[in-house]
Amino acid sequence: MKQYLILFLSLLLFSCSSDNDELTKEVTVKFNFTQNWDGTVIEKSDLSNTEYTNKLGTKLTIEKLRYLISKITLTNGAGVETIFEGYKLVDITESENLTFSPTEKISEGAYNLSMTFGFNNADNFKAGGYADLNSASWDVPDTLGGGYHYMQLEGKFLNKNIQQQGFAYHTIGAYNSTTKEVEDTSFTVDLGTISIKNNATIEVKMNVAEWFKNPNEWDLDVLNSMLMPNYDAQKLMSANGKSGVFSLGNISQ
Amino acid sequence: MIKKSIYTLLLLLLMSCSSKEEDVYTPKPASLKIPELFQQKLIAPVIPTNNPLTEEGIALGKKLFFDKILSKDNTQSCATCHNPKKAFTDENRFSDGVNGTFGTRNSMPIFNLAWNFDERFAWDGKELSLERQALEPVRNPIEMHSKWTNVTERLQNHSEYPTLFQQAFGVSKIDSTLVTKALAQFERTLISGNSKFDQFLLGKAQLTPEEQNGFDVFMDETRGDCFHCHGSNNNPLWTDNKFHNNGLDAVFSDLGLGKVTGDPNDNGKFRSPSLRNLKFTAPYMHDGRFATLDEVINHYSTGLKSSPTIDPLMKKVNQGGVNLSDKDKADLKAFLLSLSDNDFVANPNFQE
Ligand code: HEC
Ligand code: HEC
Repeated sequence: MKQYLILFLSLLLFSCSSDNDELTKEVTVKFNFTQNWDGTVIEKSDLSNTEYTNKLGTKLTIEKLRYLISKITLTNGAGVETIFEGYKLVDITESENLTFSPTEKISEGAYNLSMTFGFNNADNFKAGGYADLNSASWDVPDTLGGGYHYMQLEGKFLNKNIQQQGFAYHTIGAYNSTTKEVEDTSFTVDLGTISIKNNATIEVKMNVAEWFKNPNEWDLDVLNSMLMPNYDAQKLMSANGKSGVFSLGNISQ
Repeated sequence: MIKKSIYTLLLLLLMSCSSKEEDVYTPKPASLKIPELFQQKLIAPVIPTNNPLTEEGIALGKKLFFDKILSKDNTQSCATCHNPKKAFTDENRFSDGVNGTFGTRNSMPIFNLAWNFDERFAWDGKELSLERQALEPVRNPIEMHSKWTNVTERLQNHSEYPTLFQQAFGVSKIDSTLVTKALAQFERTLISGNSKFDQFLLGKAQLTPEEQNGFDVFMDETRGDCFHCHGSNNNPLWTDNKFHNNGLDAVFSDLGLGKVTGDPNDNGKFRSPSLRNLKFTAPYMHDGRFATLDEVINHYSTGLKSSPTIDPLMKKVNQGGVNLSDKDKADLKAFLLSLSDNDFVANPNFQE
């Protein structure tokens, strides 16, 4: 009985595999996340090794960088949105975790590309949460409203006393301890217009230096750790993230 | 076209194979008993496709785990250093090998290892799968100090083992690969997920005010800040299974991960242990330097030592540590102990 089922199923499979000559071409897109410090590429080998200087002149090294991107969206000329299913936890220490490959196909053409840094509140507080993010220890304590981190940028800086000191620039939804509510500090990034003709790999760049730059010149001597429960710090980090951290890179197709 | 015919051919082949099963003993597929909370919160455990779980494989692995036949002089089994009553570790700072030589690492508990998604085992990550890990103690001179050829020969000449291997793997020629496969199958079944805190998360138990405050200390960045490395209510493994330097030493006598990767930036990094079953697993840390949980908590509170690779999350190292109040320390300890699972250490399936 089982064997007939297999045969039947495989016949079905064969019958589908031929006709592929439609008028508009259907293509797949991949997103490749890269990181840089004001244009100098940051790779795994730079972690703990390469020294960077932020806007205020503080010297620092990076040891960990993970961030969450969701709702990658292509909007065509008619305003129709394709929102790719899923999200990507980018981890610069793992080369396989730098690429997001949605399965949905799109038609060739011109699109506006946008994405969300972190999770918006609806996604962040989805009932049941996300097993893969829990397993990656990406969750936020319930005492801060729960949900998930948006970014963990960690490393060491040379403080005012010329001592190495750790920093943990962790971004999450801003928790207001008075109202006990989480203000959505995720944000949409508009990456501009792209033209897709074939299967494409699209580079999305993060300039890490921008997190320390604009509009808030970040002072690591003041704000270096315990930033998760710090409502004001979360608002400042979000503001810096919105301006100039992300941009569109190369498109190969 | 050619592809399709190959496909049908393969299918036909498949069908023609599926009838001979009567001739050989087929082991019964087994599956892990995954705790409700793990089901809800975590991704699936890692089970290699080339070593699926079977009832016969698990039973054989268990027998081997407790059998001294694996050691040079029949004096040690895996369980000598991995005692089920101690959540599969031992109470010694360093374990005593067959020759009376001591290692430099504290034995590790064995549970929930199928959820070590990166599959890097041992304190320093040097073992890349449970199967490969099991090769090591048998031939390690400071552990069982055997030779695999001797061990497999002894197993082959044993009155029961050849049949048991036949039933578990369909071959009676015993080799180290099959021994380690069986051991790994048994180890994957060692699952601990029924502590008081698990019960609390499932709504079946209540925490004392002390345990609740201790949990809050654990989760609070301005107090304990332990959750970034040691799991949480959403990661009930109570470890991230990653490598960190948690400030034990200013100068390292054991390089840890650094010795494995050769990268000085990894010096002094060890894998975060799970905080489950601490009630049974003393002494603590890779070298068993702390005999009690109070010593561990004092370490994080005021005993941190700075070094170039110390984790950025040990953020208050310049002040000695997170400086917990006496009450927070006591409550943190009460919370940590609520992660211990009495059923696990008493589970009859896991005893000799
Ligand atoms: C002499 C004591 C001793 C014996 C015997 C012994 N072990 Fe171990 N085991 C240890 C020590 C010590 C470690 C930590 C090793 C390290 O980090 O270098 C360890 C680590 C492990 C780990 C890694 C756990 C983890 O979380 O990464 C596993 C699995 C393990 N042993 C299984 C076994 C098996 C299976 C046997 C029998 C074949 C065995 N051990 C025999 C002492 C022992
Ligand atoms: C930066 C990551 C990190 C943080 C934060 C952290 N730990 Fe650890 N913890 C580790 C690592 C790594 C080890 C093992 C170190 C070693 O043996 O060299 C460890 C070991 C332990 C152990 C010993 C367990 C055993 O079986 O030997 C306990 C208990 C523990 N930590 C509790 C805590 C508590 C409580 C906190 C918060 C106050 C905390 N840890 C914060 C990484 C961390």
